[in-house]
Amino acid sequence: MTLNQSGWRPEMGGASDCPLNSFTGNRALMLEEALIFEIGDSTTTGVDLAETPKVASRLGGLDRVRDIGLPGLSEPETVRHYTRLSRQNYAIDLGLFPLGSCTMKHNPRLNEKIARMTGFADVHPLQPQETVQGALAVIHELADWLVKLTGMHAVAMSPKAGAHGELCGILSIKAALEARGEDRPVVLVPESAHGTNPATAAFAGFQVESIPATPQGRVDLPALLARLGPDVAGVMITNPNTCGLFERDLKTISDAVHAAGGYVYCDGANFNAIVGRVRPGDLGVDAMHINLHKTFSTPHGGGGPGSGPVVLSEALAPFAPIPFVTKAADGSLRLIEEEMAGDALPQSFGRMTAFHGQMGMFTRALSYILSHGADGLRQVAEDAVLNANYVLRQLEDVLDAPFATSGPCMHEALFSDANLAEGFSTLDIAKGLIDEGFHPMTVYFPLVVHGAMLVEPTETESKAALDQFIGALRSVALRAKQGDPALKSAPHFAPRRRLDETLAARKPVLVWHPPELAEAAE
Amino acid sequence: MTRYFTSEHEWIDVDGNEALVGITDYAQSQLGDIVFVDVPAVGAQVTKGGDAAVVESVKAASDVYAPVSGTVTQGNAALGDDPALVNSDPEGEGWFFKLTLADPSELDGLMDAAAYQDFVATL
Amino acid sequence: MRYLPLTQSDRQQMLATIGARSIDDLFVDVPDHARLDRPISGLANHASELAVERHFAKLAQKNSAASDHPFFLGAGAYKHHVPASIDHLIQRGEFLTAYTPYQPEIAQGTLQMLFEFQTQVARLFGCDVANASMYDGSTACWEAISMAGRITRRRKAVLSSGLHPHYVSVAKTMAHFTGDRLDMATPELSAETDMDRLIAAVDAETSCVVVQYPDILGRIEDLSALSARVHDHGALLIAVVTEPVALGAICAPGEMGADIVVGEGQSLGVGLQFGGPYVGLFACKEKFVRQMPGRLCGETVDAQGKRGFVLTLSTREQHIRREKATSNICTNSGLCALAFSIHLTLLGEKGLRDLAAINHGKAVQAAERLQVVPGVELVTQSFFNEFTLRLSREARPVVRALADRGVLGGVSLGRLYPEVSGLANGLVVAVTETVTDEDIEALALALSEVLA
Repeated sequence: MTLNQSGWRPEMGGASDCPLNSFTGNRALMLEEALIFEIGDSTTTGVDLAETPKVASRLGGLDRVRDIGLPGLSEPETVRHYTRLSRQNYAIDLGLFPLGSCTMKHNPRLNEKIARMTGFADVHPLQPQETVQGALAVIHELADWLVKLTGMHAVAMSPKAGAHGELCGILSIKAALEARGEDRPVVLVPESAHGTNPATAAFAGFQVESIPATPQGRVDLPALLARLGPDVAGVMITNPNTCGLFERDLKTISDAVHAAGGYVYCDGANFNAIVGRVRPGDLGVDAMHINLHKTFSTPHGGGGPGSGPVVLSEALAPFAPIPFVTKAADGSLRLIEEEMAGDALPQSFGRMTAFHGQMGMFTRALSYILSHGADGLRQVAEDAVLNANYVLRQLEDVLDAPFATSGPCMHEALFSDANLAEGFSTLDIAKGLIDEGFHPMTVYFPLVVHGAMLVEPTETESKAALDQFIGALRSVALRAKQGDPALKSAPHFAPRRRLDETLAARKPVLVWHPPELAEAAE
Repeated sequence: MTRYFTSEHEWIDVDGNEALVGITDYAQSQLGDIVFVDVPAVGAQVTKGGDAAVVESVKAASDVYAPVSGTVTQGNAALGDDPALVNSDPEGEGWFFKLTLADPSELDGLMDAAAYQDFVATL
Repeated sequence: MRYLPLTQSDRQQMLATIGARSIDDLFVDVPDHARLDRPISGLANHASELAVERHFAKLAQKNSAASDHPFFLGAGAYKHHVPASIDHLIQRGEFLTAYTPYQPEIAQGTLQMLFEFQTQVARLFGCDVANASMYDGSTACWEAISMAGRITRRRKAVLSSGLHPHYVSVAKTMAHFTGDRLDMATPELSAETDMDRLIAAVDAETSCVVVQYPDILGRIEDLSALSARVHDHGALLIAVVTEPVALGAICAPGEMGADIVVGEGQSLGVGLQFGGPYVGLFACKEKFVRQMPGRLCGETVDAQGKRGFVLTLSTREQHIRREKATSNICTNSGLCALAFSIHLTLLGEKGLRDLAAINHGKAVQAAERLQVVPGVELVTQSFFNEFTLRLSREARPVVRALADRGVLGGVSLGRLYPEVSGLANGLVVAVTETVTDEDIEALALALSEVLA
């Protein structure tokens, strides 16, 4: 016989020995990665280019003299760099991502495939319209769905994200008032609103006034009605609101605002809760943006791109921005830009962005919508609301739920950090959840609840995933109530421990400098 | 020299027509680590109760109101380099600005140290 | 429904746990008049993956894809080759399906990428700092004008006639509502820009001068004299770059004194996509950083002293400052910024310089070939990869006639400036590394046929 010539013999080793520090700083699959400026250099490139044509320069004497300072990496190094970075991110593909108001739902990969069809991905925005009829058809078809799902009159497709959509709605209101010859300088915004609402109204030149919330978490109706008057341009209301509740009085509010000569803007960030079950048009809304990256599943991409089409009432539709798509008598589709706007939409308030909106998001959103259909979208809202209520009722015994008696929640459940051990807060619960393998919920928002925690599970989570999340949050909440000191220093298992945000803000380092320069600047 | 306090947590030291303004120790403890302070420019006119300066922590930005009306004669340049002075010595080195009073009668109604302490105790 | 994991029995169990009889119990707060009892009529029901894919494939076939034709369109969106690894990397779920990095301990991938992106953009533009991106070039341009107003406390912006007309349109829309004043002019079909007009227009009320580089007709011009004049009057110089590849060949605006440089980053890594999503670039001098709009990523350390990155200076932003924020923007163009950054990393200094040289070389070859076609005159004398031709007849029908011959031959100035008759014969032609000698010949031949 031969006796184990290679010497290979499995051993289990001890279970408790653990070296504290590795040579590389890596911890097995948790890999550290340097900056491209530290690993790349100016002579390396990851592309092979053709010969440069030999011509006399026509750069008008502006030829670049100084180096830019761009490091290059070969393709394998590039792939490795970004793959390693990617692994330091949490993502919806990895697990439940319960960020309230952000609607982190599954991103179907069919949508990615469709957006990359060359007929959509490789088309220039200024091509002759005869050569882009299919692209215009996508915009037209999506617009039709959005109008019907919301029960509104028209839709502006070009806004680039939710806050840009808010701006579109607010400018439509301003243009409508202008057409009436009225100067109404004030926009009313509930104090529970997203920060974008007051910021948008101010960006468009309005004064913002705050409307309080009731102890039950809804808009204070008497306070709002009392403030209406000839100086009020309109109100911005989120429905379902940021406390996760449906604003029961929205129609009453709309009627009163209209009677007082104003308009109603609805922040549609939470449309996911009601899509297919409620049409905002039936509630008297004049304008509402739809975050395609929330309700209609286009990927968030680490912070964008978003897409924020705005549906408009009959009263505001004449003031919609250009460009937009219409169907001609012969069935062909036309893009209406500055040239045609004078005839097609003479009161349009103008252009908001260079081209026609987020085409790459339109294809994805329409793919999602067609996949679900009218029946499936209704089911989306129902499951989203069911999942949120399931979370709320399973956790209200361990976490303070300030509005648990205000009726069922919609798509998100709101908790607070009341009743934790002395010195423990929402921040500790969030960081503890990280160690449990979950992204934390939205924290410290809405502002009307101290130490708010807003949990939005979405409809794309299974019951098993919800049960595991509920178990994890329950465990962390109990630790916070018992005052477990380990929670104060969580997370322990993430790629980084708590980061010093004070240092980052006091001495901002926003670009990389070579070490010798960075030291000199100290 | 007399020190007065406002219910918005500013303090003001008055010496004749000149005054020094800052925020209270209680205010800095509520704000947390101060990362940036924007003090008014020399010559700026401030009005009692109006915005005069901005103080920022990582997650909050707060307006500092003028306790009285007047003309700013100096901003505390040291806060530009070291905003943490507001945390370490809010009622001393961490002062915000100096001003010339427009109307000393506006000081009537401000709190003294004891009254302010009683006020804070109710919060 | 393939995207919904709950089973009927899950739903029943969960309703029982909640204490609800049916799903309708959870919608009790919706008033009766607004409650829909059944799916909205007139809309299709759910469809299989195969059916949806077929529907889109049919629509996609109705479009003429740029890569299927000799292609010369630019004017704010450019066709460049996008290396295959970029699309692979941005489709990694940890980038694609992550949210804004609000929890930095588990978002270091996105944050480090943004820090690298900010550094790349700042260096490319010749500026001190850059933000984590904006929606696109046109909205970044208005944000820059708005920022200059905050810094100078003045409300008059002077816009170069060479600024992309859609960018001008966006600024006009916003200025109308904010009360800012814009001093504008339409361009002339000439090698000369309106630099003299800009220099003359700057006065004590001017907050900024906005100049595009290269401009809408492809012209490039030294900004140093303008910069000096602007600064003498206490105003700011804003430069707009719609073709960042150009900066591999020509001086950066920041080097010539621009205070704020904004741009459209679509050229690098992003692709045409019929106009969006794109990525707005925004850079400036360090002293203005607290007046910047948008997200900023900064370096710091964690509790154990390890380097890490966080979103910082957030007190400028809407979620903290609300109506006093520097902008209402609440997002960036994260995934497009990632594509941009990967492309620049693949290229590196050498790659970008070479790519720019190829673009310029091909553009010069094309300009020289096209200007000998009867009925064609080369207007732009100094350019990077885009130039303007004066045709012997109106350019818009010529573009359509070229398309009928299978050539996507450029952007007519008539489409961009329908109301300016003096520009009707202008054709803006962009020539990138994707254009072959055969493509140039095809355009020359088609043009000579159409103009004959």
